Amino acid sequence: MSVLDSKIPKGAINDKWTYYKDHVNLVNPANKRSIDIIVVGTGLAGSSAAASLAEMGYSVKAFCFQDSARRAHSIAAQGGINAAKNYKNDGDSTYRLFYDTIKGGDYRAREANVHRLAEVSANIIDQCVAQGVPFARDYGGMLDNRSFGGTLVQRTFYAAGQTGQQLLLGAYSAISKEVAKGSVKMYARHEMLDMVIVGGKARGIIARNLVTGEIERHSAHAVLLCTGGYGNVFFLSTNAMGSNVTAAWKAYKRGAYFGNPCYTQIHPTCIPVSGDHQSKLTLMSESLRNDGRIWVPAKKEDVEAIRQKKKKPTDLAEGDRDYYLERRYPSFGNLVPRDVASRAAKERCDAGYGVNATGEAVYLDFAAAIERYGKIECTKKNITNADHATIIKLGREVVKEKYGNLFDMYMQITGENPYETPMMIYPAVHYTMGGLWVDYNLMTTVPGCYALGEANFSDHGANRLGASALMQGLADGYFVIPYTIGEFLANDIRTGKIPTNTPEFDEAERQVKERIEKFLSSKGTKPVDYFHKKLGKVMWNKCGMARNAQGLKEAIEEIKAIREDFWANVRVTGTANEFNQELEKAGRVADFIELGELMCRDALAREESCGGHFREEYQTEDGEALRDDNKFAHVAAWEFKGVENEPSRHKEELVYENIKLVQRSYK
Amino acid sequence: MKLTLKIWRQNGPNDKGKLVDYPVDHVSPDMSFLEMLDVLNEHLVEKGDQPIAFDHDCREGICGMCSLVINGRAHGPQGAVTTCQLHMRSFKDGDTIYIEPFRANSFPVIKDLAVDRSAFDRIIQAGGYISVNTGAAQDANNLPVNKNDADKAFSAATCIGCGACVATCKNASAMLFVSAKVSQLALLPQGKIEAQDRVLNMVNQMDLEGFGNCTNTGACEVECPKGISLDNIARMNREYLVASVKKEK
Repeated sequence: MSVLDSKIPKGAINDKWTYYKDHVNLVNPANKRSIDIIVVGTGLAGSSAAASLAEMGYSVKAFCFQDSARRAHSIAAQGGINAAKNYKNDGDSTYRLFYDTIKGGDYRAREANVHRLAEVSANIIDQCVAQGVPFARDYGGMLDNRSFGGTLVQRTFYAAGQTGQQLLLGAYSAISKEVAKGSVKMYARHEMLDMVIVGGKARGIIARNLVTGEIERHSAHAVLLCTGGYGNVFFLSTNAMGSNVTAAWKAYKRGAYFGNPCYTQIHPTCIPVSGDHQSKLTLMSESLRNDGRIWVPAKKEDVEAIRQKKKKPTDLAEGDRDYYLERRYPSFGNLVPRDVASRAAKERCDAGYGVNATGEAVYLDFAAAIERYGKIECTKKNITNADHATIIKLGREVVKEKYGNLFDMYMQITGENPYETPMMIYPAVHYTMGGLWVDYNLMTTVPGCYALGEANFSDHGANRLGASALMQGLADGYFVIPYTIGEFLANDIRTGKIPTNTPEFDEAERQVKERIEKFLSSKGTKPVDYFHKKLGKVMWNKCGMARNAQGLKEAIEEIKAIREDFWANVRVTGTANEFNQELEKAGRVADFIELGELMCRDALAREESCGGHFREEYQTEDGEALRDDNKFAHVAAWEFKGVENEPSRHKEELVYENIKLVQRSYK
Repeated sequence: MKLTLKIWRQNGPNDKGKLVDYPVDHVSPDMSFLEMLDVLNEHLVEKGDQPIAFDHDCREGICGMCSLVINGRAHGPQGAVTTCQLHMRSFKDGDTIYIEPFRANSFPVIKDLAVDRSAFDRIIQAGGYISVNTGAAQDANNLPVNKNDADKAFSAATCIGCGACVATCKNASAMLFVSAKVSQLALLPQGKIEAQDRVLNMVNQMDLEGFGNCTNTGACEVECPKGISLDNIARMNREYLVASVKKEK
C-alpha cells in the first residue's frame, strides 16, 4: 500500500465532486472568524483563494514578494481560459474537456481531479464576468470564443492577448474588496522563507519584509502555497524574473512530497534567444497558431541563403516550404499540443533547417491568414475585383485587431515587422506541470499545508493544454479550496490562536537568519546570476526538451559541483536589514540548485517518454513519445532526506476507470 | 556601444540622494534597457560595490512593476512601451542617459530607483471592484454587453498600474489611473449599481493619498505605456459630478 492517500471520493466520476460537497465537514460561520489562514502568493490561485475564504468569514493573511498583489505573473498569460460552456454549440461538454485534458496530459493526471476541474470551469467564467472582467464579445453582446491546441472545439474565452491580466485584475479586485473590509491582511514585498510545523501540522511561516529586512513570524491554522511554477530553474524562461520555487521548496524540506518535478512544459512559440545578456524569453501566445502557419525551408540551400541574408523568407515559393506540422499531423495541423509542436521544431532545427544565425528558429507565418481575412472583408464590404494591395491592407487590419499587442511586442523585441515578414520563433521553458504533491483536497503530505495552481502537480499530467493554467488556478482558488479546507479546519474550531513564541517558531527563525548570515558572510567574488546562468545551461542541455540517462547522470554531478561552487564563491553585497535584491536572488538560486538536482533524478527514474518528458531512449519509430503504462502509470512523489542524501521516490498509481489509455495521436 | 549613465542613487527614503556617473561599454543594441542595467549590476557586484536597486518582474510590459524616468521621460523615449520592453537600439553610441525614479510625494523612494506605489492599492481598495462574492454569479451570457461598451471597458482595463501617469504629471496627479478603473466598471452593466459610491470613494482616497489635481495638460496620456485615453478622465469627472449631486439629496 502506498504511503500516498489521494482521498478520491467514491462513486461514478460524474458524482464524485457532488458527493464530496454533500458530505464534507463544514465550519460554522461564527467559528470561521477565529480561524486564521495564510495564503502565500497572490496570482490567480492565491488571490481567488484569499478573497473567497475571506468572504466565507475566515481571517486571511496574504503575502506576495512583488510591490502589489496585482503584479503576480498570472498577469502575463495571453491567450485565454478554457471552460466547457458550449456557447458555440460545437459539441463541447464537461466530459470532452475532461477527456481532452487527460489525453493532452498524456495520461499522467488523476482522473477525479481533472473531472472536477472540468465541472467547475463554467462557474469561473460566470464569476469573472460578474466581477467586470471585460472578455471579448460579439456584436450580439455575447461572449466570444477561440480554439487552442489539442482540442477540436472552441472553448477558449479571451480578452485580446491579455486574458491573464484581466482575470488577475478581477481576482485582485476581489482581494482588494476583502482588504478594505479587514478580512484579508495584505503583506506585499514580503517573502516566505520557511514554513513552521507545530505538532505535525503547518501552523505558520517565517517571512522577510523585503523593504526593512525584518524577519517576521506569522501563525495560522493552515498555510496555502499559491506560489506558481519553477521554470526559472532554467534561468531563461517565460516566467517573471522573480518567479521562484522557494516557498514550495521550504515546504518540501519540511516534509511535503514533490510530485513529478521533471514535467516541464517547453512552449513552442517564443522569441528566440538573441545573446548572452538575455535575461528572459518572451512568449508569443499559442492563440497565434489559430492563424499562423509554422514552416522551415524544404531545401538546405535555401536555409543557407536565408541565414546569410541573401534570401528573405517571403522569396520562397510555396513548394519550397516545409509546413512540417501540417505534414506530420494533418488532423490537428498547427494546433497540436505544445509538447508535440516543440519537439517537432527541435527535430527540424537539429536536422539543420533552423532559419536564424544560431540555427534555432522556425517561421510562424501569417501571410495566408492575412489574405484569407482580407478576402472576407472585401466580401463583407461589397468590394468586387479587389486588388491584392487592398486585400492585404484589410486583412492586416483584422489580424491587428486579433493579435495587435503580440505583434507590437514582437516588433519591439526583434526590430522586425511581423505583418510583412514571418515571425521567427523557438521553444522555451514556460510552465511546470510538476509541483507539490496534493490529494483531492489539495493538501500536501504535511497536514494543513495546501498547494494551489501551478504550485501543485495535480491536473495537467505530463503536459498542460493551452488556456488551462488560468482555468486551474481559478478553479482551485474560487471553487475547490473553499470546500476542501473545511475537512481539515473543522478539527480546529477549539484550537484558538496559534502562538508564535514557541520553540518551533524560534528554531525556524534561527535557521532563516543563519542562512542569510551565511550568504552575507561568504567571501566569494561571483554574483548570484553567474551561478544561476550556469545551472540554467545544464538544465536546458540535459533536462530540457530531450533527455537521456547519460546526460541526466552527468547533470546530477554537474549540479552538485555548482552547489558547492555557489556556497564557496558567491558574493552577496549589502546587509540583511535593508532592501537587498541580491540577497533575495541568492536565496532563490540556492533553492533552484537543489531543485535542479531533484528534477534530473526524477527524469532519470522515469524510464519512458510522456508529454513534456521526452527520454530519447523511449520513442516510436517516427519519433513520438513512447509511454510505458505498465511500469509508469503513476505519479512520482519525492520525499526529502537531507540535501546530501538521495530523496525517496514514492508512487501514487493512477487508475483510469473512465478513459482508456491509448497511444496519443494527433495525426 | 559606449554610454555614460547618470543614475540616481539614494540609500533609503531619508537619504538625500544624488546622480552618480557610470560609464558602460559593449552595450549591444539587442539588449533590453533592464538587461543593460543587469550587466552593470553584475560588474558592480564583482567589484564589491552596491548594485543599483530597481523594480522589475515580468519583463514583457504587463505586470507594471518596472518604472524609471529615462532622460526625463517615464519609461523612456519611445511611446507605448514600458521600460522593460525598451531596447538599446533606441540609443546610439556615445549617448549620456539620465536614469531617475518615478518622482511624486505619494511615491516615496525605497532605495535608488525603487519607489513605494502602495497608494494605488489603497485607491483600488476604496472601491475599484464590483461587490460580488464567489458563487453568487449568474450565467455569463445572461447579461449581454454592447460590444462597443465592452471594447471601451477593456481598453480602460488594460491599465497596468505602473504610475507613469503620476511621474509624468507636473501636479503628480493620479487621475488617469483612477479614471481607468472608474471607467471600466462604469461602462459595464454589472458595475452600475455601485458606480456612484465607487467614484466618490476612489476620488476621496486619491486626495487623501496626496496626489495632485488634474489641469488637463494631457502629459499622462502621452507617456502612458498602454495608451489609456484622457476620455476616461472626462468620464470620471462626469460620474463624479453626477454622483456628488445625487448623493447630496
